[in-house]
Amino acid sequence: MNPTALLECLSSASCIVTQLGTGLIVGSLLFLVAAGLTLIFGVLGVVNFAHGSFYMLGAYVALTAYQLSGSFTTAVIAAGLGVGSFGLLFERFLMRRVYSADVLMQLLVCYAIVLIMDDVVKIFWGAEFLSMGMPDAFQSPPLFIAGGVVPVYYAYLIAAAMSIALLLWLLLTQTRMGKTVRAAAQNPTMTSALGINTSLIYAGVFAFGGMLAGLAGGLAAPVRSMSPGMGFSILIESFIVTVIGGMGSVSGALVGALLIGLIRSFGTIGFPLFVEGLMFLAMVLILILRPNGLLGKESRA
Amino acid sequence: MKSTGTLRSDVFWALGALAVLAALPFLTQSRVALDFVIRLASLGIFATSLNILVGYGGMVSFGHAMFFGGGAYAFGLLMQNTGVPIPVAMLGAIGFCGLLGLIVGAICVRLKEIYFSFLTLAFQMLLHSVILTWTSLTGGDQGLMGGIPRPPFWGINLADHTTLYWFACALGMLCLLLIRTILQSPFGATLRMVRDSAERAAFLGIDVWRIKLYAFILASCIASVGGVLMALFVSGAFPDFGYWTMSGDAIFMIMMGGLHVFIGPVVGASLLLLFNDIITRTTEFHGLALGLVVLLFALGFKRGITDFAIDLFNKIKRSGDLR
Repeated sequence: MNPTALLECLSSASCIVTQLGTGLIVGSLLFLVAAGLTLIFGVLGVVNFAHGSFYMLGAYVALTAYQLSGSFTTAVIAAGLGVGSFGLLFERFLMRRVYSADVLMQLLVCYAIVLIMDDVVKIFWGAEFLSMGMPDAFQSPPLFIAGGVVPVYYAYLIAAAMSIALLLWLLLTQTRMGKTVRAAAQNPTMTSALGINTSLIYAGVFAFGGMLAGLAGGLAAPVRSMSPGMGFSILIESFIVTVIGGMGSVSGALVGALLIGLIRSFGTIGFPLFVEGLMFLAMVLILILRPNGLLGKESRA
Repeated sequence: MKSTGTLRSDVFWALGALAVLAALPFLTQSRVALDFVIRLASLGIFATSLNILVGYGGMVSFGHAMFFGGGAYAFGLLMQNTGVPIPVAMLGAIGFCGLLGLIVGAICVRLKEIYFSFLTLAFQMLLHSVILTWTSLTGGDQGLMGGIPRPPFWGINLADHTTLYWFACALGMLCLLLIRTILQSPFGATLRMVRDSAERAAFLGIDVWRIKLYAFILASCIASVGGVLMALFVSGAFPDFGYWTMSGDAIFMIMMGGLHVFIGPVVGASLLLLFNDIITRTTEFHGLALGLVVLLFALGFKRGITDFAIDLFNKIKRSGDLR
């Protein structure tokens, strides 16, 4: 516990910039994971507990693709597409069978996948910590803003995540496909009665959510070390994010992710041992004040 | 209403099961078997207490381990730092968790479905963080070290392994019987009505919030007994007792065993313990094996094993009636 260190940091511009950079990349990665999670919940009403495993798989796929191709762009795209297809298979062969069953049965299936994927990663990539290292393209000196240090890759990552956020927003609000997806979220029976294949939409949303998690894993690969089980902590954090923002709300996920990112980066300075506690405290407070999350609507009937 | 008859048959069943379990030490000296039953008693109490909320109250708590861990820590700390006898420390732990349940429940039970789940999870992780951070009191991530003293009381010496075994069996049966009786009472019927339609219950003049809160406190108190038993068994308390994986395990036990049969969670607890023990002994890929078993269960039965058995039994009976 060292609140004075936090106050000291808040009074210096360089420290604020540095921590802001860290907070924003954490928030960006969290947003990508949480956006998929909240989309899947919003459309299917399924809480995908296996989402952390999607992220983990993305990081490992990106690592292998990078080692094979030497290109970081290829690696990230491979991670997105690879995990997207994995999400599709997961939905078609497993989740689809338990839509009609108890919600807790869905949870059980996801839990099984989490357990299995951790061991599958252990078998293919080993149990020890792996790291990708910074790709050559980003091996340049960091940016100095107001005396604070921001690595080039951080700026790239934040920009990439924000572009994806913008694309996602355009996709959902401006296209016909987005409209269909929103319709299926609001009233699946009516939507399918109007001749729209909702089963296909469900599969698509799962694949898309998986792709976002895969992209997040790929983008995280240069700045995070990888180990089986790395999905757990990001899963818990993205749950906090989606709940804070309001389950099913993509813009809520963005707000929640940035908030949690900042709490983490600044919290580490003041309360290094209690960072996790701080995040949960934020969640408790927000849920007490706004039971449906910051941007959540009244829960579906 | 045949509630007195049900109670009598419940007591009969409990005493019968207790007699069989109590005879076990005379049949085998295998420590593995006795340890298994002690762990089963602890986790069975824990899972059944969660099922008060999940199965009978329709409230899926993801944070129930906060009371398991809370009970274990409160009991351990009382035994280590004060000289009170075991039953007093146990009551202290139950009281602590009851109070914690009152505070957390009062805030959580008004939330709907998934938000309730995550708010309980948040409170649990908050407690877990406090346990990790407050090193001077709890020993941090090392857990409560130095062992928990087990002084004899009323001529019962829990330091003796066989005595601890009998104590665990008796305590387990007592808790199950207590939960069963409460769930069969008008309170239990009200709780089920609130689960099925909170609106209708409110219309009939029932204070929904209060009923849910009572159920939450009851479940908290009983979960703490499971924690106390585990603390007695391992002679310590560890942060993992209050971690979310522990809550996850409890949900897992309920689902495997079945929510709609009273004894389901205990069956689930024994299945999970059994799988864990077998898998740990036979393969290093623990998660892979357990995951495949879980998938088989979830996709094969689509409900708990006891629910599946009862459906099957009814189906056979019905086809028999037709003939």
